[in-house]
Amino acid sequence: MSATVPGRRILLDFEGDRRDIHAYEQAGGYESLKRAVQMDPADIIGTVDESGLRGRGGAGFPTGRKASFLPKDRKPAYLCVNADESEPGTFKDREIMLRNPHALIEGVLIMSFGMGATSAFIYIRGEYRTEFEVLRRALEEARSRGYVGLNVLGSGYNATVVLHRGAGAYICGEETALLSSLEGERGQPRSKPPFPAVAGLYAAPTLVNNVETLASVPFILKMGGREYAAIGTERSKGTRVFSLSGNVRRPGNYELPLTATLRDLIEGLGGGAPDGRTIKAIIPGGSSTPLLMPDQLDTGIDYESIAAAGSMAGSGAVVVIDDRTCMVQLALRVAEFYRHESCGKCTPCREGTRWGVEIIRRIEMGDARQGELDLLLNVCDRILGKCLCPLGDAMAMPVASYVTHFRDEFQRHIDQGGCPFTGQSPITPLYHEHAGTPA
Amino acid sequence: MSDRHADPASAETMAGAVQTRPRMPAPLPEPDRSLPLRDRILDVVALYPEPRSAIVPALRLAQDEFGWLPTEAFEQVADATGFTPALCKSVASFYDMFRLQPQGAHEICVCTNISCALVGAGDTLRAFEEALGITVGETTADGMFTLRAVECYGGCGWGPVVSVDERYHEPVGPDQVSGLLAELREEAE
Repeated sequence: MSATVPGRRILLDFEGDRRDIHAYEQAGGYESLKRAVQMDPADIIGTVDESGLRGRGGAGFPTGRKASFLPKDRKPAYLCVNADESEPGTFKDREIMLRNPHALIEGVLIMSFGMGATSAFIYIRGEYRTEFEVLRRALEEARSRGYVGLNVLGSGYNATVVLHRGAGAYICGEETALLSSLEGERGQPRSKPPFPAVAGLYAAPTLVNNVETLASVPFILKMGGREYAAIGTERSKGTRVFSLSGNVRRPGNYELPLTATLRDLIEGLGGGAPDGRTIKAIIPGGSSTPLLMPDQLDTGIDYESIAAAGSMAGSGAVVVIDDRTCMVQLALRVAEFYRHESCGKCTPCREGTRWGVEIIRRIEMGDARQGELDLLLNVCDRILGKCLCPLGDAMAMPVASYVTHFRDEFQRHIDQGGCPFTGQSPITPLYHEHAGTPA
Repeated sequence: MSDRHADPASAETMAGAVQTRPRMPAPLPEPDRSLPLRDRILDVVALYPEPRSAIVPALRLAQDEFGWLPTEAFEQVADATGFTPALCKSVASFYDMFRLQPQGAHEICVCTNISCALVGAGDTLRAFEEALGITVGETTADGMFTLRAVECYGGCGWGPVVSVDERYHEPVGPDQVSGLLAELREEAE
């Protein structure tokens, strides 16, 4: 990684990998667990709270506060690890599991002890077969060293960790859908309240945390909550692993302190747009987030700055779109994805995502009538905030922002009766060389 | 048929991806299948506080056994877990990775979500179609290959992502397609 941007790295501050438990231990691994089992469990949650760590999955909710919602001494209680990374553009948890799996397992064990979990379940997306195998091997190593199992390190605490593979469904990354899926059901979200902290897995108190969130916990315990909180901004603490993809010279995962800017990430580390192209738009937090424009490159990558710029930090997935790209094609791909993944439980999402796809496809194919752009915005508006989970919003928000920022481009499709970018936009072969459409 | 090759912008991005992609470990050996399916399912049931949680893992075991999920697979999963075949089928139909129809010996999945699409996944997909003589969603006449277009596989910075039999190949441009297929055909011989 070309380190043209200064900044502290914590989770991935090494070359290669630490899959082997000896490599992890030599780097100080499992020392935090040894300390944790000597601590008052409440102090563990307190340290996480003090660190200001916020959920790295997408919602950005403070991790310590989330844990504090668990009722005291109600058993059984469960920890569920959300390793169902599926927001398009996001591939950071995969790299963490591939290169630093023991950091996740140590984090799971510390949090399990801190909350007094009966068992922990790691729900990993089904497609991540190799990553599942890495975790399985790491878990066996941890068990052979006495970190997992009965009476962990003489503490009297029994740690059970079960690896559970999903089977392909984006919605299972939503925490209540994840719980439904883990209970052997179709992965449909549930009404909140009750929140998982009160009635989660098997209706027991449950904490659901993302991979990166939990993998950060051993480091927080090692350095202290206050020192971790000293990295970052007033409300966005620590470092975060950003997934950079799309039209950049050096795509990849980059860990940055939350004081960095989009320019640091996209131009400094990513090298900017390839082949002398210019940046047309930026997706700052996964495909469900509204666009930012090139003149917003100096926006901070912390949660508040991206929100103030009109979007969301989401899963930390930054997708760069260069000047060749047709925004209607991109909107169509995004809408098709969320339509495919809609679980069908709530009407606005089930019907609205289908309508969204149909209108955008008519625009791209040159079959749309005047006025359909407003119809599309109307459909988006009728989805927003009207469902049990944010999946419908995940189509409505970005699609509305594409229309808002590139209205002329959408309108030109309607006026010309077709796509002005055919042959130039890299997405074209998915729609115009063939009768079929993807997925 | 067009001669497909990556455009310069995608080629530069793919070259960058090769530098940042972590080294993947060798696959673990295939799990032991000497025990009857029912016993393997019962071992999984024992991992969970409630047997219903074992339905998805049991369906996976059954799919590995049969190659897809025929009626018999649902009956066996239902018997071993204590639920009905209809319930097991309703669960299976929700998830993309369960196969309700027979498929080719090798499953080729090309990610066509935004990050991969922006760096030429469409060209890669069309190159597979041309090389295999089928359209996406179909299986070759010799039963060797099933081609699918899939949604985000989580290799966005290293795309276009192609997954063959659940193992990722990243990045795969259109000009690498014939080589990848040749390797798979060689393995079969």
